[in-house]
Amino acid sequence: MDLLLNATVNWSRAQFALTAGYHWIFVPITLGLAIIMSVMETMYVKTGDEKWKKTAKFWQLIFGINFAIGVATGIILEFQFGTNWSNYSLFVGDIFGAPLAIEGIVAFFLESTFITIMFFGWNRVSKKMHLASTWLVTLGASLSAYWILVANAWMQYPVGMEFNPETMRNEMVDFWAIVKSPVAINKFFHTVTSSWGVGAAFVTSISMWYLLKKRHVDFALRSILIASVFGFTAFLLVALTGDGSAYEVTQKQPMKLAAMEGLYEGKEGAGLVAIGLLDPKKEKYNDDVDPYIFKIEIPKLLSLMGYRNANAFVPGIKDVVDGGYTLPDGTTALSFHEKKEKGLVAHQALADFQKAKSEGRETDAANYEKVIRENYNYFGYGFLEKEEDMIPDVPLTFYAFHTMVMVGGYFLLFFAVVWYLHRKKKLESMKWLHHVGIWSFALAVLASQLGWVVAEVGRQPWTIQDILPVQAAASAVPAANVKTTFFMFAFLFSILLIAEIMIMVRQIKKGPEE
Amino acid sequence: MTTEVQQIEKFNWFKMFWAGFTTMSKQSRTLWIIVILKLFIMFAILRPIFFPNFLKSQAEDKAGQAEYVREQMIERSKSQD
Repeated sequence: MDLLLNATVNWSRAQFALTAGYHWIFVPITLGLAIIMSVMETMYVKTGDEKWKKTAKFWQLIFGINFAIGVATGIILEFQFGTNWSNYSLFVGDIFGAPLAIEGIVAFFLESTFITIMFFGWNRVSKKMHLASTWLVTLGASLSAYWILVANAWMQYPVGMEFNPETMRNEMVDFWAIVKSPVAINKFFHTVTSSWGVGAAFVTSISMWYLLKKRHVDFALRSILIASVFGFTAFLLVALTGDGSAYEVTQKQPMKLAAMEGLYEGKEGAGLVAIGLLDPKKEKYNDDVDPYIFKIEIPKLLSLMGYRNANAFVPGIKDVVDGGYTLPDGTTALSFHEKKEKGLVAHQALADFQKAKSEGRETDAANYEKVIRENYNYFGYGFLEKEEDMIPDVPLTFYAFHTMVMVGGYFLLFFAVVWYLHRKKKLESMKWLHHVGIWSFALAVLASQLGWVVAEVGRQPWTIQDILPVQAAASAVPAANVKTTFFMFAFLFSILLIAEIMIMVRQIKKGPEE
Repeated sequence: MTTEVQQIEKFNWFKMFWAGFTTMSKQSRTLWIIVILKLFIMFAILRPIFFPNFLKSQAEDKAGQAEYVREQMIERSKSQD
């Protein structure tokens, strides 16, 4: 049973990662390009310069292509909840459903309604009305992202709910606690600002191609001006919100932080690894092998980021497993075995609750329900077998995190250089920079994808932090079924991606209106 | 300004959609075909055939589905090992 279930879980995870990764190629371009085209149209409305109008219209067309190919690819994720993750689906109840429903009803319709005015409304509505529509498309796209990220943040930091063992659902008791969760707010700003950076890299990449080909030079320089200023600002904000994310992860998901840093033994005044190479010989979390072949650290920065105190103790993987250190609220962290014990008490109470209910013993059922609630924060640990089960893939999380941070740093420098050279009117002649600009877009997409790898792989084994691990969340469907749909999606997505690239390349080659 | 006011007075949702769809470029038509085809594949083929609601196949009503999930969780608990 366990082996079969493991195969199902692995294929279900792979399918979800494939779909989410594919969906996430389009989303950051949509979010970033939306703002850039809105700024360009604002420039047109403010200056009356027709060249800005042509610039804005071209990027709106590219936005449209990206939107058309990417639209609804995220819905496939929702199909998977009902089939591959049905235990999870019932368990999260309205908490996951409500933000997704709001996203569908409010944000997506706002986006879809005003997108028609944006495309068909030129010369049919006033300049200001058209501009307002373009900004509302941008707002709709960002609001969509917010509701999706609220749902995701709840999985990372479950709040505002109460578990009902009779319905087996986590029922929402505080909507605002979920919507205003610090994890959700931070995740939103970090994700959206990084998407702005991807959009800026996208615009710069295509514009650099025009410069290289010496075509539409004025258009390309205008686009690069907006993209470089916007991109530089976006990556500054990414650094700022990244710091906020590090703080939230330290407080709420210490195991994820330890994996991101490859920190096995906790310490006071912990440094942040700037560059490091993990030793593959380290096989167990508690063996004596040094986790690093080499590393360069920025002293005390991890403690400062995680606790706003340069000398604070940052727990490592071993500490989170063994417990015994002091938590930010002053209590002592429990060990894996203590948490597992509590999880098992909750599971036993759930079994007793079911029996009591079926026999009509309501008073007993109420008592068991109380026991479940008392131990509910550790419910998920009862599904884990051994200590290693609560540790995510450290090398994957570590390298994904550090590559993402390095690429972020690279883009700060890149956009600063491009902006400076634009001001000095030297961009046109610098062919090497055109090539760098063109290929840098791939780095931006990579960093954006890696951000999700850190967020999702780093929180394994949990679908809901501490409450539901993947092996309890998955449906008891045959792994072969999931495998079949995995390859089907891989094929479908490849076709769609090829279609997008072909249509987009054709439009880019055609260029803006002359 | 006068032109703008005249345009706003003439604005009509239906006309905008009609003009927009009828004067669409070949590329835009291709995009619409891709969107419609994609939605058809997703909702008419993938969802009903490959992504049925698993819990509905286990129990018809909510109470039955809750009972099934409860049993699944108890069965997968390490207390059962």
